Amino acid sequence: MSSRDVVLARVRRALADVPRAAGPEEAPVPRDYLRAHGDESAADTVRLLAENLADYRAVVHDIHAAGLPALLAHLLGERGSRSVVVPAGLPAEWLAKCDVEVVPDAPERTPGELDAIDSVVTGCAVAIAETGTIVLDAGPDQGRRRITLVPDHHICVVRVPEQVVASVPQALERLSPRRPLTWISGPSATSDIELDRVEGVHGPRTLEVVLMTP
Amino acid sequence: MSVTDLGMPAFPAAAARATRDTRLRANLRHATHTIRDKRARAVGELADWAELRAAGRAIKDRTLRHLDHYLERLEEAVTAAGGRVHWAADAAEANRIVTRLVRATGEREVVKVKSMATQEIGLNEALAEAGISAYETDLAELIVQLGKDRPSHILVPAIHRNRSEIRDIFRSEMGDWGRPAPEGLTDRPGDLAEAARLHLREKFLRAKVGISGANFMVAETGTLVVVESEGNGRMCLTLPETLISVVGIEKVVPTWQDLEVFLQLLPRSSTAERMNPYTSMWTGTTDGDGPRTFHLVLLDNGRTDTLADTVGRQALRCIRCSACLNVCPVYERAGGHAYGSAYPGPIGAILTPQLRGTASELDASLPYASSLCGACYEVCPVAIDIPEVLVHLRERVVEGGRVTRRGVRTVIRPAKGHAAERAAMRAAAFAFDRPGVLRAGQRLAARTRRLHPRRLPGPGRAWTDTRDLPPVEAESFRDWWQRTRGGERGSGQEGAK
Repeated sequence: MSSRDVVLARVRRALADVPRAAGPEEAPVPRDYLRAHGDESAADTVRLLAENLADYRAVVHDIHAAGLPALLAHLLGERGSRSVVVPAGLPAEWLAKCDVEVVPDAPERTPGELDAIDSVVTGCAVAIAETGTIVLDAGPDQGRRRITLVPDHHICVVRVPEQVVASVPQALERLSPRRPLTWISGPSATSDIELDRVEGVHGPRTLEVVLMTP
Repeated sequence: MSVTDLGMPAFPAAAARATRDTRLRANLRHATHTIRDKRARAVGELADWAELRAAGRAIKDRTLRHLDHYLERLEEAVTAAGGRVHWAADAAEANRIVTRLVRATGEREVVKVKSMATQEIGLNEALAEAGISAYETDLAELIVQLGKDRPSHILVPAIHRNRSEIRDIFRSEMGDWGRPAPEGLTDRPGDLAEAARLHLREKFLRAKVGISGANFMVAETGTLVVVESEGNGRMCLTLPETLISVVGIEKVVPTWQDLEVFLQLLPRSSTAERMNPYTSMWTGTTDGDGPRTFHLVLLDNGRTDTLADTVGRQALRCIRCSACLNVCPVYERAGGHAYGSAYPGPIGAILTPQLRGTASELDASLPYASSLCGACYEVCPVAIDIPEVLVHLRERVVEGGRVTRRGVRTVIRPAKGHAAERAAMRAAAFAFDRPGVLRAGQRLAARTRRLHPRRLPGPGRAWTDTRDLPPVEAESFRDWWQRTRGGERGSGQEGAK
């Protein structure tokens, strides 16, 4: 008997008391929790997103699409970044005004090479206002998971209002489990020293979120 | 469990030692009180917390009541997405599987994300015996590993260490494992985190094999979820070529939608955050992004035995948030090491004796590591009635009875050395069955309470070595109710909570 069979047989013996003919539906799951906390306008939802991002030490910027290239050039320049890695599908015009080395990501790029790059600029899949979270799904303007992990400075552009949802349930409805997902709420942090939150451990220590309106 | 605690003292002895360690008590008190207040605020933000808690409980119950069904679906979905699924009936088998998988890569070192399951099975020790170095990468796990110490908290394994102790460990030990601590390292938490970042980065960048657990596995889609803060999880999950995840079979949830409940319950209950900094979700393998090979090791190791107990199985709902530790007056004073397993605190007191059985003196003493105050049940995000299970397990220790061990139904005998308690338990059962006796006994006890000793004489003395006898109230609840009808008759005891 394989261990698979052993474990499954143990499970079935352990559940002798459960009426199982009807299947899992015999155990009801009440879902009377809220789909979102509050009934806010799109503008208020974006405002809440900005507040919650800032509360967890992300740096938040508001910009119209036309001003994005200048803003990105300013942010990279201000930080003194010399190089920035970008996913293959990032709109080229976003970095048109930047005076830094732009490194397109490619599968053969090693973690060591990424470690030598100062910044990364990406889009996102969805942003969650109630929790101050941006979610990346490895789409064309987000790229492989590692490029938003190894460099120490991440700038993430959120398209407002269409990419912003209020709540976790609304975000999951929009996301596909077939894609690798990274949920990011503020910069890397730890509470491991006396349960006191400290920002900045292994992931990017600076997270800047640009809320871009058309 | 393979990590047996030979020579570990039973809970009362270990706790007595811990309570004399004033620094440990101060560290624990500071940390647990900090998180307690924050958690209450994070939970208070959600008007539907009670509904989320009820849903979380129900989803876990549905899963457990049909666990075979969901495990088979999970296996199918993970396999279809390019993963390989292995089954381990116990710790030794899980360790053998992981060792074999690491050896097959030709690597001699692995990076690890903090995982309760691998702590439970003693994976690091098993890998070390096979000549494989396992590097813990969570900050607190790193502190524990460098300090040759044991974890004492589910979420913050080094909670028993304060900042200056951590600085000393980093200064003296980091050099033996890789990059030494920076010159002149201070005990500022920011500097300590920076030292960990520098020390571990070289290991992340060269790692070829990552080992993780998982917080959730979605049966419907084959998706695994790891919730973390530092980014060490993301490093281990995405940079290596091979990923091995060791996960308890109870971590499965039925559907993708179910995550909407747990991703609200867990961060707020655990670190008191609206959302933890990083959550990774992956389904099998993805071309060009992350590990090329993914192995999932499904671990039983006593879980099916726990499932066989209709009262005790609710412990398997646990999502390892550690809120019950942070509110527990016993944990706060005794510390995590006294519990003698990977799972300290109230949840450990009901999980460990079920996963391992109550054959050892330590495991038999765990159900008594509680004052039954009920705070743990109040804060539990999946509503595990820990006091109910504690009482149930106490009865089993004292009375013996039917249990399942390693899949086999058996009858255990009453534990030795519990004769006095057995007598007490019998007396209680006798009294509760006979209201008249109980009433008379309570009145007698109340009238004579000034005469009651703080310690029991004779055979009861051992029991009161570590406990004060609870003072007897001047008036029993029964008599008070008879007299006042809960305040309707103007007792002056308004607003009894």
